[in-house]
Amino acid sequence: MRAEPSALRSSQLSFGRASGDTLVLALAGDWHLEHGLISGAALERELAHPPMPRRIAFDAAKLGQWDSSLVAFVAEVLELCHTCDLAVDPEGLPGGLRRLIELAEAVPEAKDAYSTPARAPLVERVGAATIAYTHSIGGFVAFLGAVTIALGRFMVGRARYRRVDLMVAIQDCGANAFGIVTLISFLVGTILAFMGAVQLEQFGASIFVADLVGIGMARDMGAMMTAIIMAGRTGAAFAAQLGTMKVTQEIDALSTMGISPMEFLVLPRVIALILMMPLLCFYSDLMGVLGGAAVGSGVLGLSFTTYFRETLHAVTLGDVLGGVFKSSVYGVIIAISGCLRGFQCGNNSSAVGDAATSAVVTGIVFIVVACGSFALVFNILGF
Amino acid sequence: MNVVAERPACITVRNLTMAFGSFVVMREINFTVRRGDVFVIMGGSGSGKSTLLRHMIGLLEPAAGEICYGDFNFTKADPKERERMLRRFGVLYQAGALWGSMTLAENVGLPLEEFTDLSPKEVRQIAALKLALVGLKGFEDFYPSQISGGMQKRAGLARAMALDPEILFCDEPSSGLDPISSRLLDNLILDLRDNLGATVVVVSHELASIFAIGNNSVFLDGRSRTMIAGGDPRELLAHNADPRVHRFLTRDEEHQRRTA
Repeated sequence: MRAEPSALRSSQLSFGRASGDTLVLALAGDWHLEHGLISGAALERELAHPPMPRRIAFDAAKLGQWDSSLVAFVAEVLELCHTCDLAVDPEGLPGGLRRLIELAEAVPEAKDAYSTPARAPLVERVGAATIAYTHSIGGFVAFLGAVTIALGRFMVGRARYRRVDLMVAIQDCGANAFGIVTLISFLVGTILAFMGAVQLEQFGASIFVADLVGIGMARDMGAMMTAIIMAGRTGAAFAAQLGTMKVTQEIDALSTMGISPMEFLVLPRVIALILMMPLLCFYSDLMGVLGGAAVGSGVLGLSFTTYFRETLHAVTLGDVLGGVFKSSVYGVIIAISGCLRGFQCGNNSSAVGDAATSAVVTGIVFIVVACGSFALVFNILGF
Repeated sequence: MNVVAERPACITVRNLTMAFGSFVVMREINFTVRRGDVFVIMGGSGSGKSTLLRHMIGLLEPAAGEICYGDFNFTKADPKERERMLRRFGVLYQAGALWGSMTLAENVGLPLEEFTDLSPKEVRQIAALKLALVGLKGFEDFYPSQISGGMQKRAGLARAMALDPEILFCDEPSSGLDPISSRLLDNLILDLRDNLGATVVVVSHELASIFAIGNNSVFLDGRSRTMIAGGDPRELLAHNADPRVHRFLTRDEEHQRRTA
């Protein structure tokens, strides 16, 4: 049964005066944290009554079991005595409690540990953010340069990496990505077909759904969807792998061994994506057309043969090659943003998560920017 | 008495200042490590011991001062020369830092594969030998995640010794190990030093280990942000008057006795 707080308090703590200027705090009963803390306010009220005592003493004769709640109370009393300039006689306290209090006071409070830097004015913060941003661009360019040098060394056959790592990377961002690319591309194909069908059917031109899906997938959507899938799947994985290696000092171990982490870790991943992205993109084009054909035959009543004949008629080799080329560039973007964020990872486990997140964000932003630039350039070239 | 001074200097650190941006970690560090020394970098937690080690192996750049290996100025060297120098180092990291995607044999074999013309079979043979030296015979095909922390550390030592380095750097070799394994690792380091003639630089705050293996040292003090002592740890214990050094080397036992 839990006693009433006020009754409990009066039974645990009472005040008595001894020899004129000494205030005795009589501690009694069991002090448990689960009964809540007793604040020093009672003592402050007691001190307000005249005559003002000059010494504080304790009487623990009736004290039962106690835990941190008593320690906290005594610490608060001591602090109060310190501010009110009262002498304290700790003799009456149990020995264990005295030692705990001594331990707590052994190291002076670190005043500067709490110091939070004063909030800088807006102009300064904007300036600092801008400088940090330009630095990050510098870092990106430097990383790009280092990757280019590593690729150059790879071309002349002088790069240091393990062939098995390259093979594993190729398997990981090639064969292992097949399932998700199949699913997403097929669905994107059907979505494109549905969107086109609603409009084209009004003019009795449903057959042109095949053109729409074929050209759309080949020129842009195939490469784009593959890139976004791979940014989420492989880019994040690269950042997490390299970030973890950074945290566990495995990257340091490579550098101090005289093995360039750029060649050993980044190169296989970049090459794997450059090689695999075009294949995945081409496969994604086909799956998209298949999705379109499913809608064409299932909803619009076109035969498969008619649909594929129309697709072959509409899509040129140039469309397909253009898309495949774009996907290769997206591959470089994904690999570089993944590896860059992994290398920039901080030294703790939450930083690895941040690295993976920012790898995906960076990757997708640059992919969309690149896609826009391609559209512009291809348009100017009349392609 | 001065046998130590007769051996040639192997590592010289002059006026080294270490800083992260504008925050100075340590300034004006000067010491010389002689060939065959077991040199201990000691000091309290957070005093910058590991940071000093990271400067010595080129993972961090000094804010001022220089680090020389023999006559070779490591701080001013271009990346290519530096890489050549790095191959003469072996580094044992705090948690082993074994490459998680490779087996122990591959971990130890990688430097051999990269820097020698040995055939894969010979690489494997040497890797197995190095693992046997650290008591890990039969664990060649285990992955780092499948073995205990102490074993990972020993495997890390095997990897650090793969190319028979002239200088072996160890970052807190005995931290996180039980007293017996820690003693074994200390003995192993001494054996390897004696048999291969290597110089060893150890970051440590474990007194037992410091007195067991160290014959030269530098003491970093986090408060004053500089080195406050150097030399043989046993002599520091006997003769150094600085209370901070003395308290560290005696586990502050006098103070404890006084207050108890």
